[in-house]
Parts: sequence; C-alpha cells; structure tokens
Amino acid sequence: MRVVATTIIALRALRRNKMRSVLTALGMIIGVGAVIAMVSIGNGAKSQVEASIASLGQNVVTVFPGNFTSGGARGGWGSASSLTPEDALAIQNEISGVVAVSAEVRDRQQVLANGLNWNTTIYGESPEFLGIRVWALADGLMFNEAEVRSAAKVAVIGQTIADQIFSGTDPIGKTLRIRNIPFKVIGVLSAKGFNYFGTDQDDAVIIPYTSAMRRVSRRTNLNSIQIQAVTPEQMPRIQQEITDLLQQRRQGRDPDFTVRNQLELAEAATATSRTMTALLGAIAGVSLIVGGIGIMNIMLVSVTERTREIGIRLAIGAHDRDIRLQFLIEAMVLSLMGGTLGILVGIGSSQLVSHLNGWPVLVSTTAVIVAFLFSGAVGIAFGFYPAHKAAQLDPIDALRFE
Amino acid sequence: MEPIVKLTDIHKTYASGEVKVHAVRGISLDIHKGEFIAIMGASGSGKSTLMNTLGCLDRPTSGTYSLDGINVSSLGRNERADIRNQKIGFVFQGFNLLSRTTALENVELPMLYAPRRVSAKEMRDRAMHALEIVGLAKRYDHLPNQLSGGQQQRVAIARALVNNPQVILADEPTGNLDTKTSVEVMGVFQKLNDEGITIVMVTHELDIARYCKRNLIVRDGIVVRDAAVNDRSFAAEELLKVAEAEAAAKLTHALFPHANAED
Ligand SMILES: Nc1ncnc2c1ncn2[C@@H]1O[C@H](COP(=O)(O)OP(=O)(O)OP(=O)(O)O)[C@@H](O)[C@H]1O
Ligand SMILES: [Mg+2]
Repeated sequence: MRVVATTIIALRALRRNKMRSVLTALGMIIGVGAVIAMVSIGNGAKSQVEASIASLGQNVVTVFPGNFTSGGARGGWGSASSLTPEDALAIQNEISGVVAVSAEVRDRQQVLANGLNWNTTIYGESPEFLGIRVWALADGLMFNEAEVRSAAKVAVIGQTIADQIFSGTDPIGKTLRIRNIPFKVIGVLSAKGFNYFGTDQDDAVIIPYTSAMRRVSRRTNLNSIQIQAVTPEQMPRIQQEITDLLQQRRQGRDPDFTVRNQLELAEAATATSRTMTALLGAIAGVSLIVGGIGIMNIMLVSVTERTREIGIRLAIGAHDRDIRLQFLIEAMVLSLMGGTLGILVGIGSSQLVSHLNGWPVLVSTTAVIVAFLFSGAVGIAFGFYPAHKAAQLDPIDALRFE
Repeated sequence: MEPIVKLTDIHKTYASGEVKVHAVRGISLDIHKGEFIAIMGASGSGKSTLMNTLGCLDRPTSGTYSLDGINVSSLGRNERADIRNQKIGFVFQGFNLLSRTTALENVELPMLYAPRRVSAKEMRDRAMHALEIVGLAKRYDHLPNQLSGGQQQRVAIARALVNNPQVILADEPTGNLDTKTSVEVMGVFQKLNDEGITIVMVTHELDIARYCKRNLIVRDGIVVRDAAVNDRSFAAEELLKVAEAEAAAKLTHALFPHANAED
C-alpha cells in the first residue's frame, strides 16, 4: 500500500477545498463538542452529589423511627416514638465492626444571647457525632461522655450562630439561652457552607442528647441513631444485624423503625445523575452520527464532482485501493479534525457554562479519548461507502464524465 | 526487432443497451520502437476504442495484445493499472490536469502511483526535468487555470513522459487547440520522437497527421489504409513560416493602415 503517497494526495485534495473541509467537519465539531460538554457537565453534577453524600458522614448506617398507626391514621416516617437511648447502647455493645454510635434528638428552637435571637436546629448528640459526620472544630472543644451523663448545659455552635448571635466576638465561654435555659458555649465548628440539598450546614447548635431530651425537648425518644461502620463493606452486614437486634428488643411487636445505610442513599442520588449523563450522552451521540452523515454526504458529492479526477488517477496507474484509501483518509482527516476541534469546543463551552452558571464541570480524559476514537471510527464508517464507490469507477467512464 | 505493440485480430463489442455495437472488428497492428503514428477516420469509426485498448484502459472482446513482450489482454484491473503507470503515457484532448493543483504536482502524479516508491526529491527532480523538456520549467508552480491551452497540453505531455513510458498515446491532443498552438504541440511530439520515444495519436486533421511518420485510416472498426507519410511537415519550419507571415502582415498593416478597410 502506498500509504504515505496516498496520505499526501488526500491532504492535497483537502487543502484545495479548505472552506468545504471546514464546513464538512462542522457537523463533527458540534457533535463531539456536545458530547464533551454534556458528559463534563453530567460528571460535574455527579461528583457534586457524591461530595454531598460524603458530607453526611463516613460509612454511616442510620436508624430512623418507623411509622405509627393510630385508629387507621398512618403517621408517616418518624411518627413512631420508640427509638430510645437504650437501643443506641445495645447497638454499641452488641454489634461488631461499629466504630461509633450517636443518639440524636433534633428540635428547632429559638436561641438567644446578647439580646439577639435566632431560630435554629438544636442537635442533641453523643460526643462521637463530630467524628461520624467528619465535622471539625474551629475553636474550643466538643463535650465529653461525662457531660452527656450529667446532661450538662454545654453547647458547640455552628459558624452561622457565631456570626448571628455573637457577631464577631469570641463566643467561647459565653452563655447561650435555649428555651431560656443557659448553655455555656464550649466550642465552635468550622464553616462548611450550604450542602447539595440547600441547607446551611453552619446553622446548628450541638448539645448533649441527654440535655436535649431532659431540658430542652422534654422527651424520652430519639429522632435517629447514627452508627459508623469500620469499612463500607461492613455496612450491609451491620444494617442487617441492627435490624435483627432491634426486632428482638421489641419482642414480636411490629417493627417501628427503619435502618438505612449511606450507600443506598448514594446509590439513589448518583443513579439519577447517571441517568441524566447517559441521556445527555445519547443525545450528543446522535448528533455525532448526524455529523458522520454530513461527512458521508459531502464525500458522496465530492466523489461525483471529482469523477474526472478519479478517472485521471486510475488512467495514470492508481489501484482501486489507492482511490479507496485516498477517500477514506480524506473522510478520516475530516472527522478527526472535527473531533479534535470538537473536543476543544466542548471543553471551552463547558468551562463557559461553569463560569456563567456556577455549575461544577468535570472534563474526563476517558470522554475525550472515547470522543476522539469515536470520531475516527465515524470517519471510517461513513467514509467507506463513498470511498468504495469511487474505487469501483471505470477509468474510461470516469474520464468521459462531464 | 520485436515490435513494442503487437495487436492480433482485436475485436471490441459494446453490449450496453439492446443493440450491440461492434466498434472494432479485427484489427492487427505492429508498432515498433521510434514510430510516430497518426490514426485517422470518421467520427464513430472506432479510433478511441482502439486507443483505449492500446492504453490498457479497456480489454478487447477477443484478440491478443502484447505490449513490450507482455500479454496484457489477460491481465486484471490492478495489473493493467501498473502497466499504464510504467509503460504508457496518456495525453488527452481535454488535457485532464487536476485543477487547483500546480503544474509540478500534476507531473508528479504518475510517480505517486509507481509500484516502486519514489522519494520526494527524486519525484521533484524528475518532474522538473519533464517540464524542462516541454519548455515549461519556469511555470512549475502555476495552476492549470493560469496556463493557456497549449501550455496545459505541454504539462500533460510532461506528465505522460515522467515515468519513461514505452509509448505515448494521445487521443486528439490538438482537438481543443488553435492551429498555431497545435503546431507547437506537434513540435514537442516531434522532438520527443527524435529522441526515440514511440508516439501514437488520433487526429481528425490531415495537416496534423502530416507531422507524423505513419498514418492509419480506420473505417467501421477496420484499418483501411496504413501508409508512411511522404511529404512530412516539420513543426520548426512551419512555425518559422507562421512567424514570417505574421511579421509580413504587421508590416503591411504598418505601411497601409487602411488597406483592409477599403476591401
Ligand atoms: N461505452 C460504449 N458503449 C456503447 N457503445 C460505445 C461505447 N463507446 C463507444 N461506443 C460506440 O463505438 C463506436 C466507436 O466509438 P469510438 O469512440 O471509438 O469512435 P471514434 O472513432 O473515437 O469517434 P470520434 O472521432 O467521434 O471520437 C461508436 O459507434 C460508439 O457509439
Ligand atoms: Mg474518439
């Protein structure tokens, strides 16, 4: 095969028709550009969802109260009130592979200090809570086990509370009133900003769950129990064992709790974004095919228009395969050129979208490589028929062609 | 000496459509090295069909054709392409240069399809040499649409020459040219023939045929006359005569500016 010579010939032919070459490649440019932009935006969304899921803590299994049915009226999740600190203790003591357990009581309350007040979420928690959620302290300390046992009036506050109530002054050691009960601020959390679901993660006051139950909310049940597993692989087993344990502790009563693990949540959230990415990718893929058809169309026109040229080449000694290769290379060069420009356009436009809309964008190397190879494949696939048609021409007929 | 071209009882029948056209009906012909042949005949007499057979562009329906000792009537499509590349040079009526491609690149074309790879430098050198032979070396980077018809045909001749073929085949090479340019092109052919290159051409014009050494007349697919040219024309002399005539006309015009107007 005279590959080198044929490549020179093909490049010369493309150079003779610069404008047309660029216009032909435009379909590919748009197609590949769309693929790259869509996949980048989809990946960006996916990574953000994953980050949010991760912000819920590491390897966390959560027990929620189940639904409570009274006189035919079903209360919905959380209406049952049977989750107790004893359940949390039992989980801590009887299930292996558990790193930490935190009992949680949540409540919304008005807090005040300095003559300022603010409505916020009061988290009644165990000391392990910060470790489970991977929340860090900016200043001060977390309360300890002894303070939980004594239902101490101590609080760790989020950055929003520090700003809104203590506005700039050091809150450590100050008093914060929750339902008029004075709590001493012993720690301040580092700022985390808004999460994927739109909640301000810094708008929080954390106090011992015992204090929350006895002093603030006056209740005996928990909102949830959070359990941290040693490894993600252990989560399904731990989930099952907790279900069995709590079931056993309820001695045959209907289960009034649900156990979820974080993987399920992550799965559900990423499944959505995966579907979106696949859908966008499919649409973009269709535009690639359209680009390919554009190349085929122009190549067919080009073969007809250049019948005489093909006749000259055949008369002068070109083999079938020289002609076929020439047109295939032309189609390939067009589509690869389109692919390369398309990749640049795709990266550029996704960066622009990210800049304008603030969406996270993640250009994946795999997508770039796949798009490049795919555009080459499109060139071969859609260039083959025109090239074959050109190679089959009879030299005499081709020379006589007007 | 063995002839370069030996046709034996060549027939060609076109079977397209309902009627069969018997374009060539038994032509036998020997062409020796150094010959310069003009094929003449009425339109539709089978000249182009014969040329296509000679040029290995088409296969005869029956008969054998041996070129330079090779029986080419039995060769396949790609083998015939190699024969065309190595042993035959074509010159067409419509020049058939690649448009938007420089004279040099046009002349390089046959070397791109040579069975043996030719280096870029050798290609360029040989193409420039061929352009020198036809007197167009200075215009090597010109595009066909920047050249006159005669110059384009000279580029086509350079392209036909560049692979040192056994025979140059030209189907009505002067068909699209005026008389003076035709003579110039014939001059190039005569020069090449003087250097030993074998040339076969088709023409309708008796004047042009007289620049050749041997004339064939074809009628209804058979050779009806095959004779040497006695009163051969020479392009160099004819061009000189034309130049003198032009000079005389100019002189006449200068001396008697109104001479023609009064006629
Ligand atoms: N591809 C073809 N299919 C059918 N008939 C053909 C074909 N090519 C040529 N013919 C016929 O064969 C005969 C000879 O044609 P050819 O082209 O050889 O004539 P020619 O001598 O070159 O004529 P001209 O001087 O007009 O070029 C004509 O009757 C023509 O119609
Ligand atoms: Mg003809």
